[in-house]
Amino acid sequence: MSDISYWDIVRNLFDGLLWTLGLSLTAFVLGGCAGLLVLFARIAKHPLPRRLALGYIEVFQGTPLLMQLFIIFFGSSLLGLEVSPWLAAALGLTLFTSAYLGEIWRGCVESVPKGQWEASASLALTHFEQMRHVILPQALRIAIAPSVGFSVQVVKGTAVTSIIGFVELTKTGSMLANATYQPFMVFGLVALGYFALCYPLSAYSRYLERNIHGSRAH
Amino acid sequence: MAYAFDFSSVLEYREALLAGTVKTLGLTAVGAVCGLAIGIFGAVSRAWRLAPFDRIFTAYVELIRNTPFLVQLFFIFFGLPSLGVQINEWQAAILAMVVNLGAYSTEIIRAGIEATPRGQIEAAQSLAMSRAQLFRHVVLPPALLKVWPSLCSQVVIVMLGSSVCSQIAAEELTFAANFIQSRNFRAFETYFIVTGIYFLLAIAVRQAMIQAGQRLIARRAR
Amino acid sequence: MALVRINGLHKHFGSNHVLKGIDLEIEEGQVIALIGRSGSGKSTLLRTINGLETFEQGEIQVDGEHLHPHETDLRALRQKVGMIFQQFNLFPHLSVGQNVMLATTVVKKIGNKEAEDIARTMLLKVGLYEKFDAYPDQLSGGQQQRVAIARALAMQPRVLLCDEITSALDPELVNEVLAVVKTLAAEGMTLIMVTHEMRFAREVGDKLVFMHHGRIHEAGDPQTLFSNPQTPELAGFIGSIN
Repeated sequence: MSDISYWDIVRNLFDGLLWTLGLSLTAFVLGGCAGLLVLFARIAKHPLPRRLALGYIEVFQGTPLLMQLFIIFFGSSLLGLEVSPWLAAALGLTLFTSAYLGEIWRGCVESVPKGQWEASASLALTHFEQMRHVILPQALRIAIAPSVGFSVQVVKGTAVTSIIGFVELTKTGSMLANATYQPFMVFGLVALGYFALCYPLSAYSRYLERNIHGSRAH
Repeated sequence: MAYAFDFSSVLEYREALLAGTVKTLGLTAVGAVCGLAIGIFGAVSRAWRLAPFDRIFTAYVELIRNTPFLVQLFFIFFGLPSLGVQINEWQAAILAMVVNLGAYSTEIIRAGIEATPRGQIEAAQSLAMSRAQLFRHVVLPPALLKVWPSLCSQVVIVMLGSSVCSQIAAEELTFAANFIQSRNFRAFETYFIVTGIYFLLAIAVRQAMIQAGQRLIARRAR
Repeated sequence: MALVRINGLHKHFGSNHVLKGIDLEIEEGQVIALIGRSGSGKSTLLRTINGLETFEQGEIQVDGEHLHPHETDLRALRQKVGMIFQQFNLFPHLSVGQNVMLATTVVKKIGNKEAEDIARTMLLKVGLYEKFDAYPDQLSGGQQQRVAIARALAMQPRVLLCDEITSALDPELVNEVLAVVKTLAAEGMTLIMVTHEMRFAREVGDKLVFMHHGRIHEAGDPQTLFSNPQTPELAGFIGSIN
């Protein structure tokens, strides 16, 4: 169709890209905060929070993100709440992110050698003080690379929110492909947009991972 | 205001649910088998720097891992026909699954191959084994065994991700859910039950793969 | 004619000249003990003999098979040269029997039945006949090393290279491995061993080769060399060991 120029396509896709970026950042930041709660529940001394957190993680890791979004979207309307696609998308991705980050971080906390717990306990630190001063600082160093790596999954996950009607990069692409009859070019550009967001994160995560292993050798 | 849940109106469509479940499992099985085959070939090419495949696979892996599955699916289903390649929704869904899983398993298996201790390779070399024999008998089995749990996780992730294939009208489980809720107007109940089915599938597929892995790769009963 | 012949061998690791012109001849049935401090080049020399390390200059000849600088196709040579490693390097995913049978079936294309017979014979020889179906991680270090010996023997090599094969073992397990090696020596197997077991080298070795700074510094009859070293370096080395 001649009334939509190449420039129009690129400009619209760029707008979509910004929404994708905004949703990704929102989900990653809020999901990170919620993920901390999941982490603390997961490594709590009491078994009840541990089990609840485990169930939470298993449900979010064991079901499709699309289903999670549908349930939030349709579930909230049952509660009489009018939820916009943006809100449902942000909420769904935040929960999704929190489950994954909580589990990734638990792995990092547990990879701190047992001797560190024993040494700090022998210095009469409380459980909280051990966490605060000995374990978490070390776990944080280990956690950065896989967290950055997971952010790629968050960005890619935002594409699924197009299905519940949130207009981000993929949705914009679908609409443009329909309007222009040039799906090959449009979806090629959409893929390029995601690649431009994700590849630097992937590469940075790999770089961090190498560096951590490098500095551990000393 | 009390909402009366009605799950029985979903179960009336159990045949559609069953058909969708079977299709989702079929997609996953084909994707897993072909994806793993690509993964083994790609991993060898990258780990042993077989030109030009190593470069090709590096680009392929980066491209797939840094773009969403849904976009890959749309690109294949809507994009390829404009190049004159005729493709139906199942072919597109299967192709997307295979391509996606192929890239991830390349990366996963490569990590396993590269973790092979040097001594294992030297021992095989000193027994006069060729590169191909060494790879087939000494490098690959322990490497696959080591990364098998990661491969199982990845297959489950891809199976759950296949729910977006409903968007190109491939009639898998999510498509069945969309169909049912358009008939019974019970969206929440329908998606709730289908989510439960996916959850059970995830557990079952993982268990089945772990069992199969122990049989096929380990060849030892523990 | 000598079974193993090494002429003018030179090897570098980057700028580090690790073998500086090695000449060595080994007759069939001889037991050679290579000794020296770490970094003297003794392990590197051993590893070049079956091509695990390439070299830049010189020639190696084993039973008529020639090995030239930078050569990579070594399969003919390697069928004649077996190697035992410090870390055993058994294949963890295969049973003991499968470990011993792998190369005979895959490389020599011997049928399963015959390969199994060979494997059982070799395991009997190292005293582990009953471990045919066990897995490496169920064995002690000494047992694993004996399986590794059986695995190398199954290929019926003309020469067996032993790279510090008792160094990774607990002291109480050393003797069971050395006993196997002693039997092989008595049966006339040609052995080249890098070892720290001086008593064993003296007892079983036909020839002692002392390496120092990438050269063969002193070589000869073990008894003579131990009791009467000709160079201060060897005297110092013997003194530091005892």
